[in-house]
Amino acid sequence: MAKNPISFQMDLDPADFLPATEEEKQSQVIMRDSISFWKDGFRRLRKNKVAMVSLAVIIIIMIFAFIVPQFYPYSYDMQIKGANNLAPMQFSAAEQAIIDAGGSVFPHFFGTDSMGRDYAIRIMVGTQISLLVGLIATAIILCIGPLYGAIAAYAGGWVDLLMMRIVDIIYTIPDVLLIILLSFALDGPLKALATVPGFTWIQTVGTNMISIFIVFALLYWVNMARMVRSQVLTIKQSDYVTAARALGVKTSTIIRKHLMTNCIGTLIVCATLQIPSAIFTESFLSFLGLGVAVPLPSLGSLASAGLNGLYTYPYLLFIPAAVISLIILSFNLLGDGLRDAFDPKMKK
Amino acid sequence: MTRYVLKRILLAIVTIWVVATLTFFLMNMIPGGPFLSEKAISPQATAALEAKYGLDKSLWEQYVTYMNGLLHGDFGLSLKQRGRTVLEIIVTKFPVSAKIGGMAVLISLVLGVSLGCIAALHQGKFWDRFISVFATLGIAVPGFVVCTLLSYVFGAKLKLVSTLGLSDWTSYILPVTAIAFYPTSYIMRLMRSSMLDVLGQDYMRTAKAKGLSGTKQLFKHALRNAILPVVTYVGPMLAYTIVGSFVVEKIFVIPGLGGSFITAINGRDYTLIMGTTIFLATLVILMTLVVDILYKIIDPRIKYD
Repeated sequence: MAKNPISFQMDLDPADFLPATEEEKQSQVIMRDSISFWKDGFRRLRKNKVAMVSLAVIIIIMIFAFIVPQFYPYSYDMQIKGANNLAPMQFSAAEQAIIDAGGSVFPHFFGTDSMGRDYAIRIMVGTQISLLVGLIATAIILCIGPLYGAIAAYAGGWVDLLMMRIVDIIYTIPDVLLIILLSFALDGPLKALATVPGFTWIQTVGTNMISIFIVFALLYWVNMARMVRSQVLTIKQSDYVTAARALGVKTSTIIRKHLMTNCIGTLIVCATLQIPSAIFTESFLSFLGLGVAVPLPSLGSLASAGLNGLYTYPYLLFIPAAVISLIILSFNLLGDGLRDAFDPKMKK
Repeated sequence: MTRYVLKRILLAIVTIWVVATLTFFLMNMIPGGPFLSEKAISPQATAALEAKYGLDKSLWEQYVTYMNGLLHGDFGLSLKQRGRTVLEIIVTKFPVSAKIGGMAVLISLVLGVSLGCIAALHQGKFWDRFISVFATLGIAVPGFVVCTLLSYVFGAKLKLVSTLGLSDWTSYILPVTAIAFYPTSYIMRLMRSSMLDVLGQDYMRTAKAKGLSGTKQLFKHALRNAILPVVTYVGPMLAYTIVGSFVVEKIFVIPGLGGSFITAINGRDYTLIMGTTIFLATLVILMTLVVDILYKIIDPRIKYD
């Protein structure tokens, strides 16, 4: 049949409709493996030099804080006779005599404090305490915040409204004031509790430390709750959640399996940035004398003690101060790197 | 708008009430009365003292009395500084702190915004890197470290300024710098990222295409939009300034409210602790309220839910 010259009909070639050859099929195969969320994130993180260096610094600090004190020749509360206020790498007269006689004495890398305690081990144990505070506080927040936010967002309606008003109120309360108040108010009751068998560990940790944790548990989760809530609100509208509900999946399972897994990126970033802020608060409180119990050092209390002899022994203040700054800096930079890697949406 | 403002005011009032109540009951949870620690006093004297301070009544009655007093601006008597009311102490000490804090807030706003802008405008070049490194360090170093470092270097070693008390204007330099250090760094970072965001917007290209001068582009179009995140930070910054003042006033021996709060804590002056806490919390809450409302006025894009 002759084609109408003004027709727009295409000229079709029957060859175009033949089955594809093997060669053509090959070009359709996806060569690269599909990359999971975690793999992709870690790949991006590894490329970030600043974050990797911070991670290395954090690991080194953790080794010094948790492993080295186990076999260090001095302990944090051991008072060495006649070795008061030694400068870094200096030996006391008695120790010098041993060295002169051919013996060996483990050097005081950072000198000793006014009570003759080796300062290097005190710094290490102090770092350990400060890190523990940061990690435990963050763990507490991670337990409460996401759950609260997810429940508020998932429940919606007046429950959400009420829960978020509570968050608003907590958010505006100045936290440090409350920590100070609480550490006062809880001091007595906790001390009483510490004498009860089974709770004697409170004495070693110090009541102030417990109140810090309580305050963190009471106040610091609000940011995370807010963030999780807004995330959940968007995910809640997604089709797969509707599908899961239509299939009759339990609410708790939906929260755990679908909502939580989607929030995990935000949570990791938040948690990493929460650690330095907890360490910051602890060092501040210890500096004011509201921190850990006395023989136990924390970086803040070491700095506070170092303040008294600032003009004669400045290193007693500067070493803990430098370690605090280094820890906070590395965690901040690592948090930034994690955010870029795992949560590109949050990047501003 | 009116609805939003009313809602916020209501929320602020509730928050202040929560803080005041919490403070009252926390302070009353402490076992042992305030007069126990002193030398043995006869029971009659203790009873008389308790009657004077209203401690013989039931907790609920004390609460109602205290709240009623608060509403009339009566914070009670100081337990340790005989014959002085808490309000008197706050009124005499607060202006000193407010002066230093206000200067620090002003300096950090001006420095933070302008340096953040400079960094964003020179993105990737020397000044950007320099400012970014400075800002990152500034956030990591705790306030008390900055304080002691400043007083050590400039006070003890170089002997440039006095580090104790507030004798002349030079003695303001170190405390104000110490308080302003963190907020300045934070605002720099905030300003830099928001400025970069704004500079990439379409309306900036339009402004350029229209042939607007550089200063007009910067001040009329870029800065106005980029400064909004900084406005939201003003509330938390005030809270930070107050907390910072505790340390700064302790180290530099400044007769302000922060220092007196620490003294009250160490001396267990319960009424003064309560009064100061409630006063400072109220201050922060009210300032946050004002800033939030201002923010809604400046940024018309935000809906009043």
